[in-house]
Amino acid sequence: MVDQLTPVLTKRWLSPRSWTLKTYEQLEGYTALRKALAAHPDQIIQQCKDSGLRGRGGAGFPTGMKWGFIPQGDGKPHYLVINADEGEPGTCKDIPLMMADPHSLIEGIIITSYAIRANFAAIYVRGEVLHCIRRLNAAVKEAYAAGYLGKDILGSGFDLDVVVHAGAGAYICGEETALLDSLEGRRGQPRLKPPFPATAGLYASPTVVNNVETIASVPYIVNGGADWFRTMGRERSPGPKIYSISGHVEKPGQYEAPMGTTLRQLLELAGGMKDGIPLKFWTPGGSSTPLFTAEHLDVPLDFEGAAEAGSMLGTTAVQVFNETVSVPWAVMKWTEFYKHESCGKCTPCREGTYWLVQILQRMVRGEGTPSDIDTLLDVCDNILGRSFCALGDGAVSPITSGIKYFKDEFLALCDQNAKYEATELAGASA
Amino acid sequence: MSTSEEVYAASPLDPVETQRLVQETPADTSVFDELTEQRAREIIARYPVPRSALLPMLHLVQSVEGHVSQAGIAFCADLLDLTAAEVSAVATFYTMYKRRPCGEHLVSVCTNTLCAALGGDAIYAKLREHLGSDGKPLGHEETSGEPGAPGSITLEHAECLAACDLGPVLQVNYEFFDNQTPEKALELVKALQAGEKPNPTRGAPLTDFRQAELQLAGFFEGREADLDGPSAAPETVRGARIAAERGWTAPAMPDHAEFPPLPEKK
Repeated sequence: MVDQLTPVLTKRWLSPRSWTLKTYEQLEGYTALRKALAAHPDQIIQQCKDSGLRGRGGAGFPTGMKWGFIPQGDGKPHYLVINADEGEPGTCKDIPLMMADPHSLIEGIIITSYAIRANFAAIYVRGEVLHCIRRLNAAVKEAYAAGYLGKDILGSGFDLDVVVHAGAGAYICGEETALLDSLEGRRGQPRLKPPFPATAGLYASPTVVNNVETIASVPYIVNGGADWFRTMGRERSPGPKIYSISGHVEKPGQYEAPMGTTLRQLLELAGGMKDGIPLKFWTPGGSSTPLFTAEHLDVPLDFEGAAEAGSMLGTTAVQVFNETVSVPWAVMKWTEFYKHESCGKCTPCREGTYWLVQILQRMVRGEGTPSDIDTLLDVCDNILGRSFCALGDGAVSPITSGIKYFKDEFLALCDQNAKYEATELAGASA
Repeated sequence: MSTSEEVYAASPLDPVETQRLVQETPADTSVFDELTEQRAREIIARYPVPRSALLPMLHLVQSVEGHVSQAGIAFCADLLDLTAAEVSAVATFYTMYKRRPCGEHLVSVCTNTLCAALGGDAIYAKLREHLGSDGKPLGHEETSGEPGAPGSITLEHAECLAACDLGPVLQVNYEFFDNQTPEKALELVKALQAGEKPNPTRGAPLTDFRQAELQLAGFFEGREADLDGPSAAPETVRGARIAAERGWTAPAMPDHAEFPPLPEKK
């Protein structure tokens, strides 16, 4: 039986000055790198495949398979890009990880770059987290000075340069192809796929884009092996995961637990609902993952469990809301966010989010009518699956799930205006 | 229309304004000194392809001027061999590039759903009211005081700042002030206006918006002590602490985990 909490990525967070190379090296830091450099790159890719590690940025794509897509012997430069543009509402795991233990990410970067044969890696971190950027820069500098980065790393003949790249405030850059455009010095707008980054990514060369938590897991897999990694979590979603619990709970915070942990278990660890006010709704993995309710307390929070219950695991950003919060209001606020962050490239998302906000604001002001609910769902239907990237899909999640579980609340806002819809306008049939 | 006289005659604007619009006047980039240019070249050298330097260079520009001006756009365009239009297109896409001069401090209040529900909207309303004038609350990205002057503050509402376990949060020059209330935030802003620099909950001691932008461009010289600014709030390490107290750990790793054999080439 595995313990309820399994600190792996978070195990150094309590150590004094955990962000320094000295502390990291005292706590097994860079031992996985030495081991990896002695192996064949393809063995590392195979081990990652065997471990079942899946992307921690939301989509859950098998990491080893992604690495395996990089064509080898193609004569082109290869790149590793770390998606540290953490901005999905509710998500707050990568920033504390990079502040507390930046070397674990850097060690993961070196091992991954060696595996995919990349000699340049970039950490694309959102600009608003200066302290995190500061710690990353210092850690990269320390790693260079210690010979973990640069030319002929630890005498292996392998070269790697790492740059810390600060973004400038655009949620869309968390989308991997928008991130690549942004890293190339352009507006952060998603690219048409295919080609996928594995064949034409950064500077049109083969590129792996992985989330921070994913790559920070790599050194532990190298040291512990694929079977060890699989002792935590479930068959198709193995490993530990940082669950970020926020909102109306007594003890919000970061809880690293095996994949498949339920909200009921997490709430117990987080001291229960704040002031005992009952749970109303929650997101399993950020605002782009359809809402859950108190019915879903026992859903195993892993990729399969969340999907089978009608949502998605996302980034395990568990935002908890109690009975005092209005669902249409919350949905309106999230929709305002998506409207602001829509990059404007495709019409369904650009126009759709604009009109969704207008309708929701009207409803929340008490000026909506019951038919507005149908209009909302109709607009959502024109965005979902029809927009250029997943931002549009994410934008409709709170609305459709909010209406699915709390339609009465939307209707209640519109009740007073229902009579206007029922009456024909004077002279309309003349 | 071939001559400028004809253009001026046809223009509904006054001649001076028309002349300004039709003549291509090179922007005066003299505000960017040699050191700034040298820093820009250092940024360019970090990347395999020069254009990748554009985002950090725009941060650098803001460290000099407190916003991205036409001169800042020309400065980047010249060094990267881009057109001003190409640089403008990028500068106007991103929220952190400000098009009007910012105050000494930039105060960003998260008003995304979770923070808003916990009090973020009330904090933002309180600060708008306090920083406004003539009974009019200060608007988004507006500045109270003469931009750049001591105690001047630019206020904005921000989207999710990735500190949800610590909500409601706000930032001053991108350093975190966690678990805020309208009262605490008001006290903080009053202190900033009075020239004080209260320490953030997580992050380095405050400087000002321009210095923060210099760091975002990747220049930290002489600021090594900043690294020790706190980063872990009690919330951050809650899970780790509970595990330590209860003796919970991940399953032990084997002594020697072997790599799988080299896969056969297909």
